[in-house]
Amino acid sequence: MIAVRNLSHRIGGAPILTDLTLDLPKGGITAIIGPNGAGKSTLMGLMARLLPIQEGQVEVDGHCVARTKTEALAKRLAIVTQRVGVASRLRVGDLVGFGRWPHHHGRPRPEDHAAVERALEAFDLLELRGRFLDELSGGQNQRAFIAMGLAQETDWLLLDEPLNNLDMYHARALMARIHGLSRAGVRSVVMVVHDINYAAAWADHVVALKDGKLDFQGAPREVLTSARLSELFGMKIGVEEIAGRPTVLHHA
Amino acid sequence: MSRPLLLTCLALAGLVAASLCVGAASVSPLQLFSDPEGVKLLLLSRLPRTAAAMLSGASMAVAGVIMQLLVRNRFVEPGTTGTVEAAMMGLLAVTMLAPGTPILGKMGISAAAALIGMAGFLALIRRLPPEEPLMVPLVGIIYSGIIGAGTTFAAYQADLLQYLGTWMNGEFSGVLAGRYELLWLAGLVAGLAYLYADRFTIAGLGETASIGLGLNYAQTLWIGMVTVSVVTAMVVVTVGAVPFVGLVVPNIVARIMGDNLRASLPVMAGMGAGLVLASDVLGRIIRFPYEIPAGTIFGAVGAAVFLWLLLGPKPRVR
Ligand SMILES: Nc1ncnc2c1ncn2[C@@H]1O[C@H](COP(=O)(O)OP(=O)(O)O)[C@@H](O)[C@H]1O
Ligand SMILES: [Mg+2]
Repeated sequence: MIAVRNLSHRIGGAPILTDLTLDLPKGGITAIIGPNGAGKSTLMGLMARLLPIQEGQVEVDGHCVARTKTEALAKRLAIVTQRVGVASRLRVGDLVGFGRWPHHHGRPRPEDHAAVERALEAFDLLELRGRFLDELSGGQNQRAFIAMGLAQETDWLLLDEPLNNLDMYHARALMARIHGLSRAGVRSVVMVVHDINYAAAWADHVVALKDGKLDFQGAPREVLTSARLSELFGMKIGVEEIAGRPTVLHHA
Repeated sequence: MSRPLLLTCLALAGLVAASLCVGAASVSPLQLFSDPEGVKLLLLSRLPRTAAAMLSGASMAVAGVIMQLLVRNRFVEPGTTGTVEAAMMGLLAVTMLAPGTPILGKMGISAAAALIGMAGFLALIRRLPPEEPLMVPLVGIIYSGIIGAGTTFAAYQADLLQYLGTWMNGEFSGVLAGRYELLWLAGLVAGLAYLYADRFTIAGLGETASIGLGLNYAQTLWIGMVTVSVVTAMVVVTVGAVPFVGLVVPNIVARIMGDNLRASLPVMAGMGAGLVLASDVLGRIIRFPYEIPAGTIFGAVGAAVFLWLLLGPKPRVR
């Protein structure tokens, strides 16, 4: 479980997160939703110690993020940020290989190579493994970074808007892959998604943020209602039940 | 051994042979190894000179690529970002205030000044927008210009201007056994950087990616900065910096081999050694029996390559 307790964050005096308390359940997929600027990325950054915690506390499986050594945390939790940044000139295979670095610190063992192969294969990157990152499309680049996070093989995998640049095929493949891992009880995945239908289809738990505060949370079937979503995004949003799950018809 | 590394080693072997044979004193290759006078020339002058050119070229190429990964910009090197100028300022200060200081002490003060200069540059570029990568080398050139102007003014006041030229423009004609050995230390420091190759590569992915992989980012940054400063100071103190080595060599190698330092660092060191040695040999041949400093030759060619990298086709911008 990731336990967030009374977490507040300010940037230049402006409140970004205010007194946030929530539990992200172990196992399964948690989807974080909310309008732009709600503080989703900030929350992910604080949970993954990319940002220093100013007020409050975050515990990952009982380990306080602020007090755990960064090397140790890298074996428990992997994060793929929203902006993976301007690419280094690394080969895809080498980049994914660095996902194993927290485990071997420069001396890869056979299991490290095997993990890299699995991650490359899962993201359809075997053919691209020899290509340089700065010679890839945005979506291919993103898949390479997600594969690096996956190769880290941590209990927790945090993905900030992983579907952004992906086509339908690869978006579905990614969701199916992490769904399989989370079902098998191997990983717990926390992801920021904008397409509510992905959350409805794949997530076990939904957390909605608005203006740096918790708006609602719960199982998708219970919380993804027209009333709640309309209030969250400040627009009329219709929700229909299709194939047994809530489906947002935002073009209607 | 990778193919680029093999080619680099072969080219290097040829250049070493040429460097041992070419010089103002006309001695045949055979005499160099048999005749007592020839052996003396070899051991006192030709070998040290060859080693000095190679060591300074290799260590400056390594310093260049480390700086590029830490700054996350391909268009920087110690000589275009104020590090060389700061090292010179430190060296000038000891020369003026305590001229009797032993060479290691001078080097230490010069390295400390270089470190401060580099830290100042890093602080300066933190504010630059990441989507404007060409701003970084431009700010570097202005920053180094300011430090350089201050140093020149102080040297002018103290009537030490002639030193600046020798510190800034690498030249190997004066290298003799006993007067260049500090460069072995520079080579050693650059070699030790290989132990940190993975860490520098990860740092090149940015601070957040580094933290995510559990890298001690601050420590890596410090080790990189100290390596760059120490290497720069040692080269400046002994033979003078060779401009553009740290820029041109990593860029050429990264185009072919990419940024994974574990694979590319030996090739960068070898190519830096080879190109500086080639400049030195050329400098001995072009106006024989007079000499042109290696730094002048590399500087002219390197400036052209730098401009091409900046403005040429398909600039690889990080
Ligand atoms: N480095 C920063 N400087 C200033 N404001 C920031 C910074 N990072 C984020 N913010 C602000 O914090 C708020 C939350 O940002 P973020 O967590 O990225 O939102 P989300 O991911 O939900 O879209 C936004 O209003 C954003 O403008
Ligand atoms: Mg965001």
